[in-house]
Amino acid sequence: MENFSFCQKPKVLVVGAGPIGLAAALEFANFEIETLVVDELSEINKASKAICWSQRSLEMLNRVGVAEKFIEKGSTWKKGRVFKAEKEIYNFDLQVEAGFKAPAFINLQQYYVEQFLIDKLEELEFPVLRRGHKVVDVSLTKDNRVEVRIENDQEVYNVIADYVVAADGIRSTIRKAFELELQGNYFDEQFLIIDVKVDKSFPLERKFWFQPKFHDGQSALLHVQPDNNLRIDLQLGPNVDPDSEQDENRVRARVDKILGSDVDYKLEWVSLYSFSCKRIERFSHGPIFFVGDAAHVVSPFGARGGNGGLQDIDNLVWKVSSVIKGKAPRALLDTYDEERIPAADENILNSARSTGFMTPKTQASIDFRDAVFDLSKTMPFAREFINSGRLSQPYKYIGSSLVSEDDTSFFGDGILPGQSILDAPICIGRKQTWLIDHIAIGFSVVAFVDEEKTAISIPQYLDKVCRQLDLIETFVIVTSKRLNGMSEKLLCDTTGLAFERWAASDGSIYLVRPDHHIAARWRATPSVSELKKACRKSISL
Amino acid sequence: MNADDHLTQINNISDPDEFYEDLIQAHDGLSANQSRQLNSRIILLMANQIADNKKLKEIITLARTNLD
Repeated sequence: MENFSFCQKPKVLVVGAGPIGLAAALEFANFEIETLVVDELSEINKASKAICWSQRSLEMLNRVGVAEKFIEKGSTWKKGRVFKAEKEIYNFDLQVEAGFKAPAFINLQQYYVEQFLIDKLEELEFPVLRRGHKVVDVSLTKDNRVEVRIENDQEVYNVIADYVVAADGIRSTIRKAFELELQGNYFDEQFLIIDVKVDKSFPLERKFWFQPKFHDGQSALLHVQPDNNLRIDLQLGPNVDPDSEQDENRVRARVDKILGSDVDYKLEWVSLYSFSCKRIERFSHGPIFFVGDAAHVVSPFGARGGNGGLQDIDNLVWKVSSVIKGKAPRALLDTYDEERIPAADENILNSARSTGFMTPKTQASIDFRDAVFDLSKTMPFAREFINSGRLSQPYKYIGSSLVSEDDTSFFGDGILPGQSILDAPICIGRKQTWLIDHIAIGFSVVAFVDEEKTAISIPQYLDKVCRQLDLIETFVIVTSKRLNGMSEKLLCDTTGLAFERWAASDGSIYLVRPDHHIAARWRATPSVSELKKACRKSISL
Repeated sequence: MNADDHLTQINNISDPDEFYEDLIQAHDGLSANQSRQLNSRIILLMANQIADNKKLKEIITLARTNLD
């Protein structure tokens, strides 16, 4: 066992080494918080689980230094195709706009995701990851810390953590220990998941079939994953026999019909699942914070489980870290619930609606769905009703108590306070790079410059800001194209996309939170005291 | 709130008799299944013309009151 003394009393204990727990641990490392991660499984589970990772997730993973690896290995899919029976009704392009480091979506098997995060973790002094260590008991101490009893195959030991991040999934031990129940809807529809390795490459598309002939009129979904691996989800209906449905011959007969008889394949994974759209009432319980599936569960259509979970820890980790470091009051921790519960509700709403469309229950819902399909053959408006999953979007914390009111001179253009930042290609000298690579890990200011005199005055202003406001650690200055080459320290918006996406003009200032959501913004440079006011608000002061 | 924002409960159609006749005639000779299919299509098309979610919600609520 490691001889890190902090492991008995870590600042943060993360329970669960799935994608969400591991990403949380890496993000804590960004803030130099000593973190211990435990997971009851001794190895990475090779199951077919989460597969789709959104642009926002990749941008978040970019902060912990793994985005490139994800993008390189992942299958970037841009096109979604929707079929009624065997006929294509419509298709959509995910990446409508170019000029982002991260694609709109990649597919990457969860076991790769976990492996890449662990690879990164092993490069670092902490967090420490202990596999095969199972939480058996948890209680709060008198001084409001968390005492956790952990066992492995050799011993049982106690850990006292200042904070616990419960990332231990849908069957969360921590959640059960405090008798917190997931509430919401359960769907009795069974789905069959099949991963197959094929001997040829398939187009990088997501295909969704409503009532295809090859599958007795139920829904079918096909995703392309790395290593010529296909993931197939088949709706089976409510009353099925789990054993016979997972019988290899029966599964192969189904796959043959989808892929055609000329494709050789190997079955890599078969399982059955049904799903719920539920959450616990509050995600924080004193020093314990529930994230991902431990806090809320959704149906898989829309990729809102994994991506929603990453947005949880994106929101949580900087808050916990700021409080640990004494930079923010404990009240900041209450805003995890304030900001993430509505986000979870949005995910639950969207995924429940998709499920409803896929599994019509009443005669009326069957009639309306048929009408939608019929009308959509000729009328574009009807296609908008077809719901094969509404893909995960970054949640907008608009109206949050941490977010300042918008400067009306933006006329609502650009990135609203509460929204996450938008990437753009930029140049430093001759080097081509991306805006997101230059936004700091802590609080920072992004300033925009279009006039030569501002390019000279604004660094002094920003130096003063950093000196006077403890919260703001750093800044970046983005210049318009015509100021290209003025200084090696300036990021040049050679394509104009940064100014456009941020609706910036000369002297515009954005205050960016550590999770890369906007806390406040000004079209024209604000006074230091205005900026100070927004800073205080953004940490619940 | 503007008066126009509320659903009108007095007649708004220039020739109500004509519309009513058209609606009934459209179902002539249809099986019960086909009639349901037709009604579903009409509702979706009308909804798209009405466009406003708030109004559509009010219509649904209004129609659902006092069902036998």
